[in-house]
Amino acid sequence: MADLHIPDALLVKNYIEGNETALSILIKRHESKIYGFIYSKIADRDISNDIFQDTFIKVIKTLKSNSYNEEGKFLPWVMRISHNLIVDHFRKTKKMPMYRETEEFSIFSVMSDDSLTIEGKMIVDQVEVDLKRLIEELPEDQKEVLVMRMYQDMSFKEISELTDVSINTALGRMRYALMNLRKIIDKHQIILTN
Amino acid sequence: MAKIYSKKELASKNLKPKKEVVSFLLNYSQALTVVKVKDKSFEIIAN
Repeated sequence: MADLHIPDALLVKNYIEGNETALSILIKRHESKIYGFIYSKIADRDISNDIFQDTFIKVIKTLKSNSYNEEGKFLPWVMRISHNLIVDHFRKTKKMPMYRETEEFSIFSVMSDDSLTIEGKMIVDQVEVDLKRLIEELPEDQKEVLVMRMYQDMSFKEISELTDVSINTALGRMRYALMNLRKIIDKHQIILTN
Repeated sequence: MAKIYSKKELASKNLKPKKEVVSFLLNYSQALTVVKVKDKSFEIIAN
């Protein structure tokens, strides 16, 4: 483990002078930091490998052509190269498209907020409360099946086992529950929409 | 309602590039020679 004691700057110097093992030590020392950094931005193993490779191709070319002059700052320098390549990648894949608002083009034609408005939320809440009140009006056996099916998400088989009736009876009760709900809604002209 | 903007941390300390990538880089480094002539630099890759 003598490699650990050799500073980056010296390894870079050795590599420039032709010592190829110096590069393998440098890669081994920093690979997880650099690869982790790339992966944290890209979130794709294969593309991260490509960018890691391109980063070091650039590093090798720069070192071999003697253009490197940032002694003692090897890792930040490599990180900056990989950062630039990540930006290039996003530019190429247009994952970060930029839109400008013009007279013919409104930014809101590509952006929308699908979440409910405050009013919409209140209506939904009200409908749910009203519906629960209506369900309370149903006969006990029908109410039981409907609650188990719709609110507890149980299958008719489970409901029939739990209430000790046949599946057909459970299905029938559900059918009557829905019919009765419709009847009540029609009779009182309740509007349940959002 | 409060929105959660924080995403799950993607970076992990144990992530490493593929062995093939590292070995390609080492081979590439061995094969590459950059020759500078005046302002121009030439890359020579030995097979």
